[in-house]
Amino acid sequence: MTEKALRKGNEALAEGAIRAGVRFFAGYPITPQNEVPEYMSAHIADEGGAFVQAESELAAINMVYGAAATGTRAMTSSSSPGISLKQEGITYLASADLPCLIVNVMRGGPGLGSIAGAQGDYFQATRGGGNGDYHVIVLAPNSVEELGNFPKLAFDLAEKYRMPAMILADGILGQMMESMSFNFDPVDPNKLGKFDWAVDIHKNGRAKNNVFSYKGDNLIADVVERAKRYGLVEQTEQRFEERNCEDADVILVAYGLSSRACLEAVNHAKEQGLKLGLFRPITLWPFPSKRLAELAQKTKAILVVEQSLGQLVQDVKLSVGDKVPVGLNAYPSGGQPDGAQILTAAKSLLTGKKEGLFSLKDHAAGFTYNCTRDLKLGVQGDRKGETK
Amino acid sequence: MSTVLAKKPNALTDVPMHYCPGCGHGIVHRLIAETLEELNVADRAIGVAPVGCAVFADSYFACDCVQGAHGRGPAIATGIKRSKPQAIVFSYQGDGDLASIGMAEIVHAAVRNENITVIFINNAIYGMTGGQMAPTTLVGQVATTAPKGRDPKLQGWPINMCEMLAQITGSKFLARGAVDTPQNVLKTKQYLRKAFENQINNVGFSMVEVISQCPTNWHADVQQALEFVRTKMMPQYPLGIFKDKGAD
Repeated sequence: MTEKALRKGNEALAEGAIRAGVRFFAGYPITPQNEVPEYMSAHIADEGGAFVQAESELAAINMVYGAAATGTRAMTSSSSPGISLKQEGITYLASADLPCLIVNVMRGGPGLGSIAGAQGDYFQATRGGGNGDYHVIVLAPNSVEELGNFPKLAFDLAEKYRMPAMILADGILGQMMESMSFNFDPVDPNKLGKFDWAVDIHKNGRAKNNVFSYKGDNLIADVVERAKRYGLVEQTEQRFEERNCEDADVILVAYGLSSRACLEAVNHAKEQGLKLGLFRPITLWPFPSKRLAELAQKTKAILVVEQSLGQLVQDVKLSVGDKVPVGLNAYPSGGQPDGAQILTAAKSLLTGKKEGLFSLKDHAAGFTYNCTRDLKLGVQGDRKGETK
Repeated sequence: MSTVLAKKPNALTDVPMHYCPGCGHGIVHRLIAETLEELNVADRAIGVAPVGCAVFADSYFACDCVQGAHGRGPAIATGIKRSKPQAIVFSYQGDGDLASIGMAEIVHAAVRNENITVIFINNAIYGMTGGQMAPTTLVGQVATTAPKGRDPKLQGWPINMCEMLAQITGSKFLARGAVDTPQNVLKTKQYLRKAFENQINNVGFSMVEVISQCPTNWHADVQQALEFVRTKMMPQYPLGIFKDKGAD
């Protein structure tokens, strides 16, 4: 435990990772996560760890593969286009059953997109991104406090289930400052248990350890065996936060920074006599579908608020089926959610209107969906000051 | 009473190797194993196996091993060495792996002077995938993706890695050997010894390139393959030490 202190999100994350026992970091510069490698380069060596500025995101994730193979708590961080490059390494890490941490401080996409904070990588994080049948544990913080404390949680889960973990953070969360404290004592890596699978200096008497990705004839058995662990994660690790959901007219579902904008809508609604609840997935994989399915039977409608164009909403629909209408209030590619618009969308959902609700069908039919608040801020169409 | 004149090094496992008859990989594996034993570091070695013909190398070396993605051996070795500095870490790579898809990784491992040992098998062809053109394929050499022979106008020229890496300040030892004759096998072993000694003595990045024969994908018998090494490969890839610089 620490005293409360004002910290920038990315720096809280980096400090939290060192406190969580991370002793190897490799990364490549990309906005808006540069404070993470900068902080690591200044501080990880003091704890006996190693920082490498890699030649590419590909090299960085493969350095993590090597370090993780030794049982070291190893991590990399990047932002959306950089995470795309890391997909090769992530699927190899999953196939070799290596625990590690990948942090994505998301920016606008697709492609080089923009440097504005976004949530467009939900599919990539929760559906794989790399090749083959695999999952990574995905944690979605919505405050600087969680950003600083999730690295420890990520490693505890990753090591328990022998799989990579990802922290999926919004660009704005990485850049903003908040009062926060660490809720755990610094981890001494030397006091963590040794893994019997890790490569190390070969001791006499110990069987040789191999960490490998090519499974050849054993691949089917390997994938099926790993799926048992995935099943266990899905059963036991669904995490979420809920507020006022038990008697809500409409339940808002949002993760990360979007959930903070939803709180604004919840308060506005209360003033107008409308009961809005907020259900916030903290694990995006495993998605907290059990509780959401229960809540779907108690509410009139569910409104998904996401800074992407129809990604989170798919997991919500899979969770609740036909029990309740599900609408989407979307702010893609750097758009920032707005309490008033969220409230408008929630009312539309109850009254059968379309204002504030996005669907591909209506969109194709010419219905104008307004998600352009950020245009006034000059985020879109203004190339000045943008950096890779 | 019988006298043991030669035996399998303990640094190799009993797993039967899968390499084709006449291939040079098995010889180089043995040389690495002998060198690790002679330097008394076999019990603290960690090997990195590539993607390609040597993808199973992790099961042939008795030390702990990691097998990773195509071309990323030097990055993986970096992660291992930085996490376990007392380990003797080597990356074993072919020509497609090291000189094509992994070009950035090998160059920057040298730039950083990573204290690792790289063994680079150059047989001028993609073996595992069935004989496609490699970055080191000779001008005029036929490959399944260069059916009329490598044409510099279309496919450029072969790349000489030792000569190229010698330009980088961070590289400390670069040598090219061959395994076509007993003399060259012994010479290659001397290079390997130096490359591992450099790591033990914290000198830094060392690489031994080995010209190796691939009878299968050269569509040659063993004798013809050895002839190809001497008459075609060696003029493009001269043997010898290209750089031997001590610690900074």
